[in-house]
Amino acid sequence: MFKIVSKKMFSEKVACFEVEAPLIAQSRKAGHFVIVRLDEKGERIPLTIADADTEKGTITLVVQAVGASSTRINALNVGDELADVVGPLGHATDIQKYGTVICCGGGVGVAPLLPIVKAMHEAGNRVIVVLAARTKDLIILEDEMHANSDEVLIMTDDGSYGQKGVITVGVEQVIQREHVDKCVCIGPTIMMKFVALLTKKYEVPTIVSLNTIMVDGTGMCGACRVTVGGKTKFVCVDGPEFDAAEVNFDEMMSRMRAYRAEETEAMNNLING
Amino acid sequence: MTLEEIKALRNEPWREELRKSMSPKDRGAIERVKMPELTPEYRVTTFTEEVQQGLSREQAVLEAKRCLDCADPSCMKGCPVGINIPTFIKNIERENFDEAIKTIKKTSSLPAVCGRVCPQEKQCEGVCIKVKMKQKPVAIGYLERFAADYERESGQMKAPECAPKNGKKVCAVGSGPSSLAFAADMAKFGYEVTVFEALHDIGGVLKYGIPEFRLPNSVVEAEINTLRNMGVNFVPDVIVGKTISYDQIHEMGFDGIFVGSGAGLPRFMNIPGENLIGVMSSNEYLTRINLMGAGRGQGYDTPVLKGKNVVVCGGGNTAMDSARTAKRMGAETVTLVYRRSVNELPARAEEVHHAMEEGIDFHVLHNPIEYIADENGRVKEAVLQVMELGEPDASGRRSPVPVEGKTETIPADLVIVAIGVSPNPIIPSAFKGLEISRRGTIVVGEETMQSAVSDVFAGGDIVRGGATVILAMGDGRRAAGSMHEYLSK
Repeated sequence: MFKIVSKKMFSEKVACFEVEAPLIAQSRKAGHFVIVRLDEKGERIPLTIADADTEKGTITLVVQAVGASSTRINALNVGDELADVVGPLGHATDIQKYGTVICCGGGVGVAPLLPIVKAMHEAGNRVIVVLAARTKDLIILEDEMHANSDEVLIMTDDGSYGQKGVITVGVEQVIQREHVDKCVCIGPTIMMKFVALLTKKYEVPTIVSLNTIMVDGTGMCGACRVTVGGKTKFVCVDGPEFDAAEVNFDEMMSRMRAYRAEETEAMNNLING
Repeated sequence: MTLEEIKALRNEPWREELRKSMSPKDRGAIERVKMPELTPEYRVTTFTEEVQQGLSREQAVLEAKRCLDCADPSCMKGCPVGINIPTFIKNIERENFDEAIKTIKKTSSLPAVCGRVCPQEKQCEGVCIKVKMKQKPVAIGYLERFAADYERESGQMKAPECAPKNGKKVCAVGSGPSSLAFAADMAKFGYEVTVFEALHDIGGVLKYGIPEFRLPNSVVEAEINTLRNMGVNFVPDVIVGKTISYDQIHEMGFDGIFVGSGAGLPRFMNIPGENLIGVMSSNEYLTRINLMGAGRGQGYDTPVLKGKNVVVCGGGNTAMDSARTAKRMGAETVTLVYRRSVNELPARAEEVHHAMEEGIDFHVLHNPIEYIADENGRVKEAVLQVMELGEPDASGRRSPVPVEGKTETIPADLVIVAIGVSPNPIIPSAFKGLEISRRGTIVVGEETMQSAVSDVFAGGDIVRGGATVILAMGDGRRAAGSMHEYLSK
């Protein structure tokens, strides 16, 4: 059992947990993810690790309530336990001194972006963070990003905070302003798709971290497969990070919708008890 | 077990008397027992009720009488774990069921599992003397299952005797059949054994892969509990090579590591449309339903896609399991597409028979070449290439060749690909110094099961690339024997 030691709501549907998992806290690196199962009836869901504290033996997970299991997880409180947390899974981010690095993201993708921002900054890169959200209340981890980067740009769809506009507007401003050696993007699939198109145009090598549907997370089921460079890859063992220019995002978006009807039904059952 | 030991047991007075109590001719006149089964109509409505109901006491004793108790029992040579088959069968005949199960447990740690899932027709029963005599072989598998079930249902499951603790610690990676067999033998030798499992449940393929209508979870759980009673420690949610490293395992005080991490990446065919919604591996399909409880109407969060017209690709046990599961999930039609003919199907004969009884449509000599999507990106049709049998290939089977220009398109809103798996890549990439084959398997000594890293042994699918439960168990046993020797030096 894995105990929750702290909980913070980032927004109505997004919660941030610190969970006791000493072995994972010790072995994880930026870019790794875990599989979490709430209880006997819960689904196995992949969650990227947002942070870890080796002294306390905890890892930080940011959970967005989308399906039945994640909704039930977000209802947990300090002292409650998760039945299973397994990892770290996937390959760690390739951290090097690239020069100037844009780290951009939106939604809960901002959480796993944080350790990459930290590691890139510690490796001596000039790190520019671009965060995007629909509106001001949905911008998360801004202070942490400020503390670990050279600059933070905020973009909101409604202009309620930072600049008005989508993520690509902010990223393009930076690329036009200065030379960028590397871009890392984590967010909704559609966001990553458009960042990939933009950075391809400017020939900025870009990494995306994919959060596909998974069951076991160890390479056994193949639910997470995506086409990268014309070849089928498994996000859980070949990823989760891939060269953005090579990813078939349209196929990925279609596959992400595979269980939409079932998810809706499960949510209705949850709400109606 | 040496030939002398086998002979000594055979020469015990009770056994000689039993042999003489009935003539071989009379034994030969008894018909092979028929296993009681649920009707096909009923069983496709239930996930958890076992198709085969097990022999009654009377049936088992009568079947045991069919065994001639040969001086040189060929059946034993057909058993990958070397069970003393005549001894356990003759104990059933004299109705000493305790002694029967004790005999089996000397060499097999999972008798209730093996009695259900071993391909007996290719092993013990395939080489039974009666086959040479043009009779039906003794139903060894049924009898093994009877002995194991008798013990479990009596509520008096006994853990086999273990040697006093020798103060050494070993661990197994993965908790499938090879690791369980390894753990049982090492515990018997006196080691402190820990089994690390990546998933949340113990049992590996016995839990996530084989459906309950063929192997109930309660049966698997009971056998695992016997291991727990022998002192084996099971730790779920740990991925060796990720959660803990090779070095950390040594820091934890383990002297030897057995890798039974099993099958990994499911194979696909790399044909157009294979990544459409509704096309998935058998591993995914079966794991969702068996391990995660999807689609079983009991409030589990994990979903699974249901299909009206399900196509299953492949001809092995996993293909049969997938097809029969799809039927139970309410599919209107389930079509099994296999590129060779019925005679080449690699699945257990009984599973093929059961699948046919349950109304699975066997579309043999066909091979999928493309899947076609509907407007939502979900598969709606499978295009099949018609095949014919050509010359025998390296495996000795006649190889399938396409019939030029002949294809067929069938409706398919769910496609389950069950054409095999590649070995799990985690240990091969995490442990330095291992020799890895081109297929991704760990290379070990054939008899020793020892890898290029001297304290790492391996067996099962991670070594064979794809094997049966019993072959994996045989590997686990051999690895235990040779690791014991290695650590005793």
